[in-house]
Amino acid sequence: MSTIPRNQWYVAAYGSEISNELFARRICDEPILFWRTAEGTVVAHADRCVHRRFPLSQAPSRLVDDKVICGYHGFTYGSDGRCVAVPGQTKVPRTARLAPYPVVEVDSLVWVWIGDPALADESRIPRASYLDAPGWTTVRGLEPLAARFSLLVDNLLDLSHETYLHGGYIGTPEVASTPITTEVDDDAGAVYVSRHMDDAECPPFYRESTGLQGRIARWQDIEYTPPCLYKLHSRIAPVGSVPNPDGSDPDAFHVEVVYAITPETEHSTHDFWMVARDFALDDDGVSAFLAENNRTVVLQDVEALDVLERVIATEPAGYQELSINIDTGGLAARRMLARMVGETPRNAPAAPVR
Amino acid sequence: MSIPEAPPVLRGERVQRVHWVLGTDQLRAVCHCGAERLFDDPIELWEWLLGHPDDHRPAEPPEPTPPPPRTPREPASVPA
Repeated sequence: MSTIPRNQWYVAAYGSEISNELFARRICDEPILFWRTAEGTVVAHADRCVHRRFPLSQAPSRLVDDKVICGYHGFTYGSDGRCVAVPGQTKVPRTARLAPYPVVEVDSLVWVWIGDPALADESRIPRASYLDAPGWTTVRGLEPLAARFSLLVDNLLDLSHETYLHGGYIGTPEVASTPITTEVDDDAGAVYVSRHMDDAECPPFYRESTGLQGRIARWQDIEYTPPCLYKLHSRIAPVGSVPNPDGSDPDAFHVEVVYAITPETEHSTHDFWMVARDFALDDDGVSAFLAENNRTVVLQDVEALDVLERVIATEPAGYQELSINIDTGGLAARRMLARMVGETPRNAPAAPVR
Repeated sequence: MSIPEAPPVLRGERVQRVHWVLGTDQLRAVCHCGAERLFDDPIELWEWLLGHPDDHRPAEPPEPTPPPPRTPREPASVPA
């Protein structure tokens, strides 16, 4: 049984990745072909010619005047996916059409709907407007993860691992030792995990980027909307500083760490990561530092989760995990994901992919 | 003993909350129906929360909850 929820929106690409050229990516085990039309709209279709399945992203297939021409026999499709020409005959079969995917470009992200297109509802796309808003600067990347997506969800829902896996970058002793509050709203499909450290060591990641010296107030508020979008609202401020009653927060630095967790296959994941900030907006040095260091942190996770995937994929069935307090948010996310794929959510077991 | 509690963020009518009780190893589960219980094990905790309304006794009258802080940043923006 698949562990990938269907009838869900997933981030397929950054908007900047897709131009007026053919672009292919496997999303949730489905090969999808993207391109940006001359008018600027991103379109998405099955990356298989209806004739003999030749991948339309594969050379010598090509895009000419917003029409994709299959490199095998020349079947030609418009941007709506309809076949407009076949070789050797004037009549084009009525059923010759590439399966279309609902696609929405918002907040610098290209979202694709995996499932029944009739059920696609744009209003359910979770937002991260700061990724494409004045007053914010964002650095980003994409790493291939040779592990099932649920392992990245586990990883990101429990940030106590920062202390051990990411020591010297974003981890300090307080992360693992500060209690958390977890909120779950099943109706809205959201898990929220708060860890507010009011007097903490400042890790190099934030010391170098903000210039804050000494101890800090460090708030981590995770907002996960399964299955794909994960947002870490990170607030870094001098000890004792809190937001004003009117909501302003002039003494604090705000960093929004966003992940789009998109399954490629049952055992591999597109690990999109973004770091948006509301300070030093035009400082290229800060951008380069945050990009390099966050990528380092992401790759530390990737290395660990790749190993974990191999461990889980080769172990006998029935391994019994142990969960403790730090796992409260991760367990909430697991049961929400389990429900999305039709499993009984009770006891929130680890996803048993084989 | 009064238990420090982080202000709520999610606004739904059926939000379940779990507070790691400061200074202890215990978790306090709060169901949307108002029932509360302390746990040592998050697995048992979720079993109980998911079992609503089984064994969810009415809670003691809650202490007044302070108003949540406003945030200048993007609020919890869950889909409708």
